[in-house]
Amino acid sequence: MKTEIFVSKINFLRVVDENGNADESLFPKDLDSGTLVRMYRLMLLSREFDAKVLSLQRQGRAVTYAPLLGEEATQIGSALAMRPSDIFVPSFRQHGVFIARGMPMDIMLVYWRGYEEGNIIPKEVNGTPIIVPVSTQLPHAAGMAFAQLYNKTGASVLVYVGDGGTSEGDFYEAINFAGVWRLPLIVIIENNQWAISEPRSRQTASQTLAQKAVAAGIDSIQVDGNDVIAVYSATRDAILSGKPTVIECITYRMGLHTTSDDPTKYRTDSELEAWKQKDPISRMKKYLESKNLWNEEMEKKAAAEDAALIDNAVETAEKFKPNPRSIYEHVYSYMPETLKEELDEAEANNFWQGVTE
Amino acid sequence: MMANMVTAINNALEQIMTENEKIVLLGEDIGIDGGVFRVTEGLINKFGERRVIDTPLAESGIIGASIGMALSGMHPIPEIQFAGFMFLGFGQLINHASRFRSRTRSTMSLPMVVRTPVSGGVRTLEHHSDSPEAYYSHIGGLIVVEPSNPYDAKGLLIKASRMNDPVIFLEPTKLYRLFKQEVPEEMYEIPIGKANLIREGEDLTIITYGTMLHEVTSVVKKKNLNADVIDLRTINPIDEAAILKSVRKTGRVAIVHEASLSFGVGAEIAARIADKAIFDLKAPIVRVGSASLPYPFPGYENYHIPNEAKISKAIDRLMTS
Repeated sequence: MKTEIFVSKINFLRVVDENGNADESLFPKDLDSGTLVRMYRLMLLSREFDAKVLSLQRQGRAVTYAPLLGEEATQIGSALAMRPSDIFVPSFRQHGVFIARGMPMDIMLVYWRGYEEGNIIPKEVNGTPIIVPVSTQLPHAAGMAFAQLYNKTGASVLVYVGDGGTSEGDFYEAINFAGVWRLPLIVIIENNQWAISEPRSRQTASQTLAQKAVAAGIDSIQVDGNDVIAVYSATRDAILSGKPTVIECITYRMGLHTTSDDPTKYRTDSELEAWKQKDPISRMKKYLESKNLWNEEMEKKAAAEDAALIDNAVETAEKFKPNPRSIYEHVYSYMPETLKEELDEAEANNFWQGVTE
Repeated sequence: MMANMVTAINNALEQIMTENEKIVLLGEDIGIDGGVFRVTEGLINKFGERRVIDTPLAESGIIGASIGMALSGMHPIPEIQFAGFMFLGFGQLINHASRFRSRTRSTMSLPMVVRTPVSGGVRTLEHHSDSPEAYYSHIGGLIVVEPSNPYDAKGLLIKASRMNDPVIFLEPTKLYRLFKQEVPEEMYEIPIGKANLIREGEDLTIITYGTMLHEVTSVVKKKNLNADVIDLRTINPIDEAAILKSVRKTGRVAIVHEASLSFGVGAEIAARIADKAIFDLKAPIVRVGSASLPYPFPGYENYHIPNEAKISKAIDRLMTS
């Protein structure tokens, strides 16, 4: 006997198209005009913040930085779908998620100045720090989701990973745990088409990244990641379902992998130009304008407000004074004698005198 | 009660879980099977599947999920089935467990105890007999503990479970059922970071831990040595004060461990002694370890692990130089 025992399908969701036209039948009912404007404002703010850090890095005032340019809709749509009790677990490019969740930008900038104190996240932000080794945050998120079940909090955990990250073992281990334990875990794949120089086609022969969830026995969907409404809708549905879900957001890294990267070496201008036509911010702007929720005057006012907020944050962040003792003081819950001796030696002999960044 | 190390650890886990509801156990075959060494035997009956969790086979996932649980206010005690399999979770331990506290300036911490059987001498298949303590000690941020007897195993595990740090708890497979000793029924702590001077003497100091303690004790008795014997119990942070105190008294020191000789715990201790007490020494420091190579197949392991002859010869060299 030989018979078909399993078939699967992956849906693609887009609510607002590149011209700003919405499919009203798919439009989330809970989105009021205030929230729609807030979404747009946060995308603008994220892009401005991004441009500022890039500029600071070029001036030697920030360390290597991974820009989010082009990925604003994926980040803001998913972040705003979270309830305050839901927890987010970022990778290293989710500046928009941090901003949307109320992370003070000056603290974020302390991280990008190169100090651990930039990982001090206010409790109400309800997220974990930036994680650099690709995909290693996925098992953490699974464990955190387990804790939500264990403590019956009702909260979900949203974890972010890139297209390259889906090739890592930790990605699969985590979604597999999520399936077995039925965890309230939502994996947002920020598929920006490039893992530094390796295109999406180098990562997997799978037609979609969403279908990787099928092997773990969990739900998944692919959405237009440059459509903030679609991302919001898919994420909100997943959160409310309480079920483990993979959401593949199709977006594009319009900028650099990091400030150490030169994309002209491996990708064409025409590809970039084609994606610029699908820019998530101009799409949402067209939609809001068509609904009379936005105009040029508001745009100017928003730009001025954002610039002031960001300048203020930079000023605060640059006032941060590092204390080298702090690298010794937080390794353990107590100070072991041998470590204290190394600290005392450094201080007693003024090894740090004159040391600069 | 008279208990071997398996019973002592099982008893400690039961008491720890009763004391603290945030504690869960997770690992491969730890539920109904009670773990491959039966260390978690019966705990699933008492605490249920919610707190004694059979996981998929995924060591990085087990350690990574434990990190997430700890970040969310739980206190996980994952079991990795064998030390060799723990290297699949090595990235999670080195990249994350070691530094989450520091990189968040103590605003987030990882209370967790990673248990795994270590070392050889019981004819297991390859990858089941590694002694990985130096790897985990080198990074900083991980507390590394290795008991040599049932009494210490219970007290160290209870102490580890009450700390707000990631602790690597290494259980020598060979000692699981080697002998029984009196272990108190009630909960008690053995301090972490403190070595145990288990035998006092004037002529030499022997520093060891884990499986080798028993070989060393046997040699000391047979040769009728007047020796300080130090059981480290905690590898990291090292109890340098206890080591230096003894070395300054005796002036002769041998360091004995089952892990490979090169780049190991012995090198660390020898360097500290050389740095701070070299003028108290009457003879060069002697190190004894397994050969500097990956752990061989079981048929060859007795040629690899230090035996009494090797330890005895090293001590002869120490006493006559």
